[in-house]
Amino acid sequence: MSWLRSVTDWRISRRKAISFKVACLIRFLAVVGALGIGALVILSLGHNPFAVYWEMVDATFGARIGFNATIRSFIPLLGAALAVGMAFKMRFWNIGAEGQILAGGIAATYFALFHFEAMPRPILLTVMAVAAIIAGGIWGFIPAFFRARWGTNETLFTLMLNYVALRIIMHLQSGPWQSPLFAGFPMMDMFDPVARLPQVFGIHIGWIMVLVVVVLVHFYLAKSKQGYQLSVVGESENTARYAGMNVRRIVMRTMFISGGIAGLSGFWIVSGAHFNLSENTAGGVGFTAIIVAWLAGLKPLYMIPIALLIAVLERGSGRIQTAFGIPATIAEVLIGIILFAMLASEFFIQYRVINAKTAVATNTEAVTDIESTTGGDA
Amino acid sequence: MDLLVLFINAAVIAGTPYLFGTMGEILTEKSGNLNLGVEGMMFMGAIGGLLSVSLLESGLGVDVAPGLAVLLAVGVSFLAGAAGAFIYSVLVVTFRTQQNVTGLALTIFGVGLGNFLGDFFGRRSDTGIVRISARAGAGFSRLDIPVLSDIPYIGPLFFNYNILVYLGIAMAIVLALFFKYTRIGLNLRAVGENPAAADAASIPVAKYKYAATCIGGGICGIGGMYIIMVTTAGGVWIHNVVAGFGWTSVALVIFASWSPRRAILGSMIFGALRVMPFYFPANQLITVGFISFTMPNIPMQFYAMLPYAMTIFVLIFTSIRPNRETNPPGGLGVNYFREDR
Repeated sequence: MSWLRSVTDWRISRRKAISFKVACLIRFLAVVGALGIGALVILSLGHNPFAVYWEMVDATFGARIGFNATIRSFIPLLGAALAVGMAFKMRFWNIGAEGQILAGGIAATYFALFHFEAMPRPILLTVMAVAAIIAGGIWGFIPAFFRARWGTNETLFTLMLNYVALRIIMHLQSGPWQSPLFAGFPMMDMFDPVARLPQVFGIHIGWIMVLVVVVLVHFYLAKSKQGYQLSVVGESENTARYAGMNVRRIVMRTMFISGGIAGLSGFWIVSGAHFNLSENTAGGVGFTAIIVAWLAGLKPLYMIPIALLIAVLERGSGRIQTAFGIPATIAEVLIGIILFAMLASEFFIQYRVINAKTAVATNTEAVTDIESTTGGDA
Repeated sequence: MDLLVLFINAAVIAGTPYLFGTMGEILTEKSGNLNLGVEGMMFMGAIGGLLSVSLLESGLGVDVAPGLAVLLAVGVSFLAGAAGAFIYSVLVVTFRTQQNVTGLALTIFGVGLGNFLGDFFGRRSDTGIVRISARAGAGFSRLDIPVLSDIPYIGPLFFNYNILVYLGIAMAIVLALFFKYTRIGLNLRAVGENPAAADAASIPVAKYKYAATCIGGGICGIGGMYIIMVTTAGGVWIHNVVAGFGWTSVALVIFASWSPRRAILGSMIFGALRVMPFYFPANQLITVGFISFTMPNIPMQFYAMLPYAMTIFVLIFTSIRPNRETNPPGGLGVNYFREDR
């Protein structure tokens, strides 16, 4: 591990400020570098990387049907990213978006399967959405309650609740809610057409709703009193308490909203895309959303392009399987490499690396800026 | 044979991958790194262990001997898991990235890599799947120790498992002794509890974090290899083979409250829950020894949910009544930078 020792010869100091341009350039280089590594992988499989990458992009932007499919997976990804981003801003590590999506999906599905004849379509869809928000909210509230009251570790609590929700669905579909149509096969009925979201420009109306939620969350975090409170709690709970804020209440309220948005994403999935509820409803969206939120610096508006990038990559992976015979799972490998590169690039945005021998003179600057920018460490 | 003996035997075999995953994550978390990439590292270990034997066999055109297959699979799966953990360490320890996010990225990467390589080499083989020969696979089957395995009750309870079960339990005991009685083990715990104090005592914090995380990841990798060789398929690649074992192992770390000794018991309990519905089916008359009873109608999924529910219960209970014995390492999840003090 001699290289470790050589690393310690270099001094690292926080940057005071970095221009937006330089930060963007570093991130851009990280993505290019990751795509370069991916290109080497593709080359080693005996394919032309440019042709493969082109095919991946073409899968989304080449045809209307592909674009619609990409947007359908983009919608819940963005929704869940907004949900976890809000909690992360409060330094509440909500990695339970997956379970909150499922909880929302269960609640919406209950009305879609058993009460779809009882009310007119707009009311039914509204009831489904509200039920999903409340169910997701409760799923987020439970760990927040214990964290606020006794400091119970929320990372692990929210993680566990994912699997509780998943098992509830698997139980429902193999028994109480099982469809009589698929005898013996654990599956639920498809939604009646009245319980499906209407389409606008060929894509279910969730895309408009999610953009509205982006704007709402943006203003909630940036302009509202509650948004300010949760960012103070994130910076320092003691400061918040000293300023007279009710920290417990803020934690529980924020997590109810966060879980509610994730639950709404579950509603979009079941009512807009899949038209039924299954163990694949969330399909890892809740986990990918964490990455999206983090790479966007927890800023709602930046989550739009990043969620789109991930959705395009996932869509493209299906295409290269049929076009080149490369297994679709290579998309996850590529996404993983891009994530690693972008995570590492944050280091170069927040810190400067100085060779201790050559740059002793710049020492003074490092001492003065202890103030951290967002999201440097846990 | 008695139903109960069969059940315990099956529980131990089913619980061993959890034991590996949990031990690996305990070692990792003792250094203060909360690595949520266990699932990914298990996938990497699974594909690494399988491919090492399978490619050697197809390359040489012969069936590998069982003993060599075990050695190779253990070694390569360890290296594969450690490689995943090394990526995590570089990012978290050197580049100071947020631990949860990095761990999730590692899971996405590892799951993708495992499935990708499994699918890729499956397509290239004549049979369409990656597999090892029956001869090599025999290395992962139950041991039949002369005399000992044939003792009634004692034999099936203690001397009738595959070799990896014994490896796992031996490693857990070694790990427990390591934490308690060796200088390096104590130093490691200091790094996890209070890295600043450890640094002041001139313990090389970064080196300890790297070493513990990489070795821990390697142990998780062995767990992944166990799943593919023993639990599900007997040495055939199945898409998404690890399917949640890694996440359950993360839960088990809490359930065992960071103790390798309790991890042995906990993994057997989780394993028992996994096989319970097959040995004690709902609504059936069960006879254990002199006792006969009808199994209540408990849904299958209840058993699958119970490990997570119990873990939540343990989390809540230990946070309401904090106890030095069962507390997580003090510096868990928090990166340490000397410059930021």
